[in-house]
Amino acid sequence: MGLTNQSTGSSLLGNGTIIDRTSCSGFIIALSGNPNVGKSTVFNSLTGLNQHTGNWPGKTVATCYGKYKYKNKNFILVDIPGTYSLMANSAEEEIARDFVCFENPDATVVVTDATCLERNLNLVLQTLEITGKVVVCVNLIDEAERKKIHIDCKKLSDRLGVPVIATNARSKRGLDELTDAVYNIALGFVRANPLQITYDETIEQAIELIRPAVREVTGGKINDRWVSLRLLDGDASLLESLNKFLGFNIPDNSILRQDLKKARQFLEQNGINADQLRDRIVSRIISISEEICRDAVSFGNKQYNDTDRKIDSILTSKIFGIPVMLALLAVIFWLTIAGANYPSELLANLLFGIEDRLTDIFISLNVPGWIHGVLITGTYRTLAWVVSVMLPPMAIFFPLFTLLEDLGYLPRVAFNLDNFFKKACAHGKQALTMCMGFGCNAAGVIGCRIIDSPRERLIATITNTFVPCNGRFPTLIALSAIFIGGMANGASGSLVSTLSLTAVVLLGITITLVVSKILSKTILKGLPSSFALELPPYRKPQVGRIIVRSILDRTIFVLGRAAAVAAPAGFIIWIMANVRVGGVSILAHTAGFLDPFGKLLGMDGYIILAFILGLPANEIVLPIIIMSYMASGSLIEYSGMEQLRHILVSNGWTPLTGICVMLFSLMHFPCATTLWTIRKETRSMKWTLISFAVPTAAGIIACFIIANAARFLGLA
Amino acid sequence: MKENLIELKNLPLGRTAKVKHLSSIGAARRRLLDLGLINGTVVEAMHKSPSGDPTAYNIRGAVIALRSEEASKILVELN
Repeated sequence: MGLTNQSTGSSLLGNGTIIDRTSCSGFIIALSGNPNVGKSTVFNSLTGLNQHTGNWPGKTVATCYGKYKYKNKNFILVDIPGTYSLMANSAEEEIARDFVCFENPDATVVVTDATCLERNLNLVLQTLEITGKVVVCVNLIDEAERKKIHIDCKKLSDRLGVPVIATNARSKRGLDELTDAVYNIALGFVRANPLQITYDETIEQAIELIRPAVREVTGGKINDRWVSLRLLDGDASLLESLNKFLGFNIPDNSILRQDLKKARQFLEQNGINADQLRDRIVSRIISISEEICRDAVSFGNKQYNDTDRKIDSILTSKIFGIPVMLALLAVIFWLTIAGANYPSELLANLLFGIEDRLTDIFISLNVPGWIHGVLITGTYRTLAWVVSVMLPPMAIFFPLFTLLEDLGYLPRVAFNLDNFFKKACAHGKQALTMCMGFGCNAAGVIGCRIIDSPRERLIATITNTFVPCNGRFPTLIALSAIFIGGMANGASGSLVSTLSLTAVVLLGITITLVVSKILSKTILKGLPSSFALELPPYRKPQVGRIIVRSILDRTIFVLGRAAAVAAPAGFIIWIMANVRVGGVSILAHTAGFLDPFGKLLGMDGYIILAFILGLPANEIVLPIIIMSYMASGSLIEYSGMEQLRHILVSNGWTPLTGICVMLFSLMHFPCATTLWTIRKETRSMKWTLISFAVPTAAGIIACFIIANAARFLGLA
Repeated sequence: MKENLIELKNLPLGRTAKVKHLSSIGAARRRLLDLGLINGTVVEAMHKSPSGDPTAYNIRGAVIALRSEEASKILVELN
């Protein structure tokens, strides 16, 4: 959840690679498990930095995979979505089931939470119904021991009939045993004898009624008993997958269709309708889990989650819940703002120092002035600007935010805010996708997959851009420091800009709720769907891993993307500013054309142009504005906030301009990457266009009202 | 017998109760079943969100937040 490695990491770009069994030699290992069981820690610990993202055949959902070697054999570990069940109640469960079922992994590792094993066994037992090539990983064993929960893995293994390994992935405890067990199962050195679940007599008879026909159709390619049970349960998505992966068209098979009808009638006659069948299947699995746990798990202390309760009684309490949340947000912003200033200047000195050296080289080589202009004053300087303004805040913000995520705080945010989302007819998990949006809106849009209901998923997708992403933070921070914090002095200045930034984020949340409500009452009519949110136990964060992963996966990635866009943008702007038509540059022509519209919204033509040119990445909006104001059409060297303030003010900026730019930055079309992601996720041009139009309209309306009200009241 | 049954949303904080009847349907029902909430499951009301809804329940050792709409469809018997 939150800013997962997958959601902000390089996986956003992973759209081409495909895990192809024929081309990569290695054993394919599926890694499954409930959400919040430390699955990604197991994944990271086993594969280290040897990770890739890619799509596996047939589906377009990015799945993370990584490689490791053991006893001279290659293993490909595929991280499949965390789910509670394989009964395909949601898109993610379908993906998980399809992988275990149809990709024929050489082994499936089911990661479970030792502190809550009974619930986790549900998924283990469902997996065992499909395949016997399973290794159960009882993770978080240290935490269980601290909570005085004792787990007898030997007994568990005897009952389940597959290897059971206790691990604590964070400290790498048990991982050698895990890789060894996986090796033995994958290579067939250990033959598992998986527990066979038997249901009550009536259901068993019904299974036998259709099993011969199923066996006939599937030809032993898949566990026929399990397929029979799923067909009885009316699992439509399995029919689709059987067709897609194996080419079995079951509805076309008249014998099977008749047998299925007979079996259903048989069940009905015995008083078991569709809902009751599902209840009985699930109840049976749960009662087996209960029974196994009675045998293999013992609790030394019944009140094992006392500490969590105490923390929750503060963090989610009526009095402190919301204030603590706001305070945490403000503290993160304050650390980012106050901490980023000095390193920003250092970086700028370094990078512009390099520019001077480059200029010397160009001169000594007698390179024509315009080439120097395009490459150095245009391209390089823009790049240096973006890096020195963006890198320090990101390198502070991302690890801090990951820390909250690692602690288990983000689900509490969703819990605290859920009632607001309910009133907006939206899903409570939208708060989580918004948190992901802080890192990157494209990541937030992908994160919307955690919302099952399509209507609420679309609402969360369309409104995600109202959360300022990392690319917009530097702009918001700089402007709030100049035009709002600037009114105060020194230390209180950074306090004031922190508060104003927090206010901007709160405004974004409010707009999200209002727009969600409007969408729910107009084009996305409907009632809130069901909601069950797990509040996982608080966990001690792994500071080392947080720093490494947030720098590697997030900072470098986001910065790389910004740089990749900033460099060509600098190039284009330099040309636009230096090619003249009728004595006036193309840049000035375009800005002049946009100027009346800009003025109407409290801004000017250059600012509007910068937002339009900033479509590839929001990071470059402010640099483009600055660049356009420079008569030479290139950026000046960045040397601090005061200089920035001077440029803006001398180009006619007032506090009203600053506020309108901040508002429009908060509310305008999503960047190109996000739009592309929305197109991919919704598979619809219509919703992509709506996602473009809704925030833009909101921004235009807000700026228009603010600008004209201020003018009318004589404030600006 | 029916008199002893209350809706889960009315279960006082800190009290435990046994699930007796589940009237949710479709996806909501399947979600609850996945979480291990079936007839006979013991549930404890733990704490409420700042605005009073949703409420966090201890279901088989995991803390699960349910909105009052969901919790009203679960009938429980006080322990």
